[in-house]
Amino acid sequence: MNDFIMHLKTNMNLTLGSIRRFWQRYKRNKAGLIGLGLFTILVFIAIFTPIISPFDPLDNTFETNLPPNNVNYFGTDDLGRDVFSRTVQGAGVSLIVGAFASFTSTLIGIFIGGFAGYIGKGVDLVLMKITELFQVLPQFFVAILIASFFGPGFWGIILVISLLSWPKTARLVRAEFLSLKEQEFVSAAKTVGCNRFTIIFNEILPSAMPEVIVNGSLIMATAILMQASLSFFGLGDPSKISWGKMLSDSQGLLRSAPWASIFPGIAILLTVLSINLIGDALNDAINPKFRER
Amino acid sequence: MKKGQKSILAYALNRLLQGIPMIIMVIILTFVLINLAPGDPVSMMTAGIDPTPDMRALLEKQWGIDEPLFVQLIKYLGRILTGDFGMSYFQGKSVVDIILERLPPTLLLMMTAILISTIFGIVCGIISAYHMYKRIDSVLSIAALIGYSAPLFWVGQVLIIVFAVVLDIFPVSGMHDLRMAATGFKKILDTAKHLFLPSLSLTFWFSALMMRVTRTKMSDILQSDYIKTARAKGLSETKVIMGHAFRNALAPIITVLGFELGAVVMGATVVETIFGWPGMGRLMYESILRRDYPLITGIFFFVSLSIILVNILVDIMYAVFDPQVRYE
Repeated sequence: MNDFIMHLKTNMNLTLGSIRRFWQRYKRNKAGLIGLGLFTILVFIAIFTPIISPFDPLDNTFETNLPPNNVNYFGTDDLGRDVFSRTVQGAGVSLIVGAFASFTSTLIGIFIGGFAGYIGKGVDLVLMKITELFQVLPQFFVAILIASFFGPGFWGIILVISLLSWPKTARLVRAEFLSLKEQEFVSAAKTVGCNRFTIIFNEILPSAMPEVIVNGSLIMATAILMQASLSFFGLGDPSKISWGKMLSDSQGLLRSAPWASIFPGIAILLTVLSINLIGDALNDAINPKFRER
Repeated sequence: MKKGQKSILAYALNRLLQGIPMIIMVIILTFVLINLAPGDPVSMMTAGIDPTPDMRALLEKQWGIDEPLFVQLIKYLGRILTGDFGMSYFQGKSVVDIILERLPPTLLLMMTAILISTIFGIVCGIISAYHMYKRIDSVLSIAALIGYSAPLFWVGQVLIIVFAVVLDIFPVSGMHDLRMAATGFKKILDTAKHLFLPSLSLTFWFSALMMRVTRTKMSDILQSDYIKTARAKGLSETKVIMGHAFRNALAPIITVLGFELGAVVMGATVVETIFGWPGMGRLMYESILRRDYPLITGIFFFVSLSIILVNILVDIMYAVFDPQVRYE
C-alpha cells in the first residue's frame, strides 16, 4: 500500500514538473498569453452574465435602431432591444457548445483512432474507411440536414457538431499509435499481462495526448463557428440568444442598424481568435522547434 | 522503374477504384439519413393541408415512395448508374438539369475565390516564413489568424456595410442587374461587379488558411539541411526560396487545398445565401427546407463526388511530385 502511494506521489511530481516546464515554454509566447487572457475574460462574462448585462436581453421597450450611446453601449435593434445585453448573453451559449462539442468529438476520435491504430489489420481498414467517409461528406450540409429534420435542440446541435468533427483526431491518434505500439514500453506492458484497454489508455494514449489537446482546441474554435453558422441559418435553439441568431436577425438591418451586426460578430471573432491563439501557443510549446534553436 | 514502384497510370487507376465504394457509401448514408427523418415530403407537397388517404397513396405511388426503403435504395442505385437522379418534387424538372443550371455560378464563385486566395495566401506565407518572428511576419500572421477566426457570414455582412451601405459602390444581391438586359462585355462587367463582394468574403477566409499552411510548411523546409547546402553553394536567395524551398512545400500545400474543399463548399453555401447568389449552396439549403428528397440526395452525391475526385487528383499530383508515394 505504501509502495502504491509512493508510486502515486512520484507520478504526481513528474506530472507537476512537466506541467511547470510546459508553462515555462507557453509563457514565452506573447500571442498565447493574450489569447489566454481574452479567453479568461470571456469565461468570466459567461459566468457572471446576469451581473454584467445592464438590461434584460428580452426587454424591447427601448427606442428602435438607436446607435451606440451611454445607455445602450452597443445600440438597440429593430425591436428596441439592448444589443450589449444580448451580446453578453450569447457568450455562455458559444462557450458551452464549443467546450462540449470539442470534448465529445475528441473522445470519439480517441476511441476510433486508438482501436484502429492498436489493433490494426481489418479493424483499422474498416474504421479508417468510416473516417474517410466522414471527411468527404459535405459536413455543413449534413449538419443543416440533421438540424432541420430532427429539430433544432441545443444538445442536438452539440451532438451533430461532435459527430462531424472527430475524424482529424482519430487520424492523429491512429498515427501516434502506429508509431508507438512497437516500442519497448508497450511490449513490456504486454509481458506483464496488461489487457488491451490498459495498454491503449494507460500506456500509449498519454504520449499522444499533447497533439490531441491542441487539436481539441482547434475543434472548439470550429465548433463555435459551426454553431454560429447553423443559428445564422435559423437552425439553433430558438429559445436561446446566440451570436449566430443575432447576426441572422440583423441581416435585414445592415442599413438601419449596422451595429446590431457588428458587435455580435466581433464577439464571435474574439472568442474564436482567443481559442486559436491558445491552440497555436500550445502547439509551439509542445513542438518547440523554432524558438529553442 | 524500380521494383515495387507502380507506374503513375496504375497508381491513378488504383486510387480511382478506391473511390467507388466511398461514393456508394455516401449515397447509402444520405439515403438512409433522409428517410430516417421524421416528417414526410407528401405533407410538404400538399402545402400543409392534411392529404386524404387516397391522395397520399396516389402521391406516394407517383413518386415511388410507397415501396420499402430497401427496395427504394436499390432502385435508386440502379437509376444512378444510368445517370438518372429522378425529378425534383417541387420544381418539376430533373435533378440533373437543376444541378447543371446552378453549377456554373457556384464554380465561378469558388474558382475565383480559390484562385485569388491561393496566390495571395502562398505569397504572404512565403514572405512570413522567410522573415520569421520579424515585424512583417507578426503583422501577416495576426491578419491571417483574424481572417481564419472571423465567421464568414459576418465578414459578408461587414463587407455589405462597408461597400454597399457606406460607400455604395457594389451591389449586394444576385448575379446580374435585373433592371438591364445587358449583353456581351457589359454583361461580363455586370457579373464581375456582382461577384466582387461574395468572392471577397470567401477569399478573406481561404487566403488566411492558405497563408497559415504555407508559412508552417515553408518554415520547416527553410531550416532543413539541403537549404543550407543550397545557400552554401552560393545560389541566389530567389533561387533558394522558389527553386528549392517552395518546390518542396507545394505538394503538402496542394494536399491541404484538396482537404479543405469541403470547407470551401460550406463557405460558398453561406456566402451564396447572404448575397443571393444563385448557386448550388443556396439550392441545397432551399431543398433541405422543402424536403425535396431527390434533389437533396442528388446534390449530396454530386458534392461528395467532387470532393472525392479532387482528393484523388491531389493524391495523383502528389505521386507525380514525389515518386516515393507510389511504393507499396
